[in-house]
Amino acid sequence: MAGKLSVVVVEPDPDRARMIVDSLRDAGDFDIHAIGQTTGLGRRIKALNPDVVLIDIADPSRDMLEELALASGPLDRPVAMFVDKSDDGLTKAAIEAGVSAYVVAGMQAGRLKPVLDAAIARFHMFQRMRTELEAAKRALEDRKVIDRAKGILMKARGITEDEAYALLRKTAMDQGQRVADVARSLVTTAGLLS
Amino acid sequence: MKHNLMRIGYIPLVDAAPLIVAREMGFAGEEALSLDLTPAPSWSALRDRLVFGQVEAAHMLAPVPVAGALGLGGAAAELVAVSNLSVNGTVIGVSRALADRLRDIGHDFAFNDARAAGQALVQAGPRPMRIGVPFPFSMHAELLTYWLGALGLPPTQNVEICTVPPPLMARALAEDDIDAFCVGEPWGSSAVEQGVGELLLPGKAIWAFAPEKVLALRADWTQANPDTLARLIRAVWRAGRWLAEPSSRTLASEILAQPQYLDLPAEIIDRSLSGRLTISPRGDQRDVPGFVEFFDGAATFPWRSQAGWIARQLAARAGLDPVASVAAAQQVFRTDLYRNALRDLGADLPGASSKLEGALVAETAVASESGGLFLPRDGFFDGRVFDPSTLD
Repeated sequence: MAGKLSVVVVEPDPDRARMIVDSLRDAGDFDIHAIGQTTGLGRRIKALNPDVVLIDIADPSRDMLEELALASGPLDRPVAMFVDKSDDGLTKAAIEAGVSAYVVAGMQAGRLKPVLDAAIARFHMFQRMRTELEAAKRALEDRKVIDRAKGILMKARGITEDEAYALLRKTAMDQGQRVADVARSLVTTAGLLS
Repeated sequence: MKHNLMRIGYIPLVDAAPLIVAREMGFAGEEALSLDLTPAPSWSALRDRLVFGQVEAAHMLAPVPVAGALGLGGAAAELVAVSNLSVNGTVIGVSRALADRLRDIGHDFAFNDARAAGQALVQAGPRPMRIGVPFPFSMHAELLTYWLGALGLPPTQNVEICTVPPPLMARALAEDDIDAFCVGEPWGSSAVEQGVGELLLPGKAIWAFAPEKVLALRADWTQANPDTLARLIRAVWRAGRWLAEPSSRTLASEILAQPQYLDLPAEIIDRSLSGRLTISPRGDQRDVPGFVEFFDGAATFPWRSQAGWIARQLAARAGLDPVASVAAAQQVFRTDLYRNALRDLGADLPGASSKLEGALVAETAVASESGGLFLPRDGFFDGRVFDPSTLD
C-alpha cells in the first residue's frame, strides 16, 4: 500500500464537504474525493475503490456502506469499520465527534491517524457550530415572542414599551421563570382569549 | 432494590414497541429501572453505539449479533441477544409499475401465498430486479434470499439486493432506483400512503414464525450486570405480554405515534398492530393474523436454532463454513440468560432451547417447564425444515 492514501468523504452539504476536504489537505498529502449524492452510494464507492471512507454518523445512508463488508469477491476490496480493535481510543473519539470511518482491512493505524485526527477536529467544530446555531435561533425566537408580548401589554394596559418590558421582567422574577417563558404564556393566553 | 438507569438505543419502528411500552407503561419502573431511550439514525450507528458503550442495550436486527459472531460487519465487541423483541412484522412491496405488470399477468395480490406471489414476481419482474432492504444483515435480506432462491431466482445473478435506509425507501421506489423492497412497518404502509408502491406479501408468508428484532447487549456487560440484565428482560417480557392483549392496541398505537417516538398518525401504526394492512393506494385491505408478534407462541424466546438458521444463510452468502458458523451463532442467542430472568415470574418456558425450524404445520403443544405451552405454525413456504444438528 505505497503511494498516496485515497480518502472518500461522503457529505451532502457542499460547505461542510469543502471544510472537511480542506482540513484533510492541511493534514497530509491524500487523494481526496467528496461524494454528495447518496443514491447508489455502495456502487459509487466501489468504483472509486478508496482506502478510507469518512461519513457523518448521523447520516442514514451510512448503512449502505455496510454492504461493502459483505462484498469480498476477488476483485472487491474488503472494507471494514476501522475499529480493528487495534485503537479503541481513536475509534471512540471519532464516534463521539460524530464521524464514522471505513477503511481497508489491515491498514496500519499510523497511516490512518492523521486522516482521523483532522476529521475528528472538523466534526467537533461542526458540533460546536450546530450548538451555536441552535442558541442563536432560540435567542431570535425569544426576541420575537417578547416583542409580541410587549405589544399585547401596551395595548391592553395603555403603557409604554419600557413599562411593558419592566412588567414582564418583574413577573418573571417573581415566578422564577425566564422572561421569554412568561412572554410565551402571555401570547398563548391572549391567542385563546381573542 | 437499587434504582438503575439504562441507556437504550432503538430505531423508530413499530417493533421497537416492547422497549417503548416498557418505559411508558411502567413495566421498567416496576423493576426499578429507568430507560433512557434514544433513537439512532441508522443500524450501523446503533450497533457502534452499543459496541462502544454509548448505550447498554439496543433494539437490533436479529442477524446483527449473528453476523458479529461470524466476523462479518465490523463489530469490535461480542454482542449477544438475550430475548427476541418481535417475530414477523415485515412486508414486501413493489413499485406501482411492477404492480401493474403483476396484475397484467393475472396475479391476484391475495397477500398470503408466497409461492404464487414469488412466481409472478419472477415472471413479471425486470432482470436484474433491484430490491431494497434496510441493512445487509437483516431478516429482510435473509427472507428475500431464501424465498427467491427457492423459486429458482438466486440473488447475485438476477436479483440485486441493495441497502436503502427505510426513510428513503419510498423515494428510491418513486425515482426508479429500486423495483421492490422488503422493510419493517411503518415503512411499507408509508410507501402505500405516498402513492408510490403496493404491498405484495407479508414476510410471514415466507417463514410463518421468523425472529425479527432482538434485545442486544455487549457480552461483557451482561456478565458484569446480571441483576440489572434480568430486570430488563422481565420488564420487556411484561411489555410484550401487554402488547399482545387486544385491548392494548389503541393505546399502544397512540403511545408509539408520539413525536418523540415514531411521530406518525396512530392509524398507520394500528395497521400493523391489528394486522389489517392497506396494500395499495386505492385502499385495498388484507387481514394478516399475527402480522407482528410480541409475546404469543413464545415469541420472545431466543431459540438457538433461529440463530442457527440465520447463520447458515449468512455463511452461504459470505462463503463461510456452514457447520462452524451455525455452531458459533448458537452461542449468541442466550436462552440461559432469558431463562434465569423469567423463571421466577411464572413464565412458561420451553423445555428445549433449540428446535426444528419449520416443522410445525399447525399449533402444537410442546414440553415446557409448567406444561401448558403451545407453539404456533412456523413453516417455511416451501415446506423445508431446518435442523441445526444435521447440516447438509
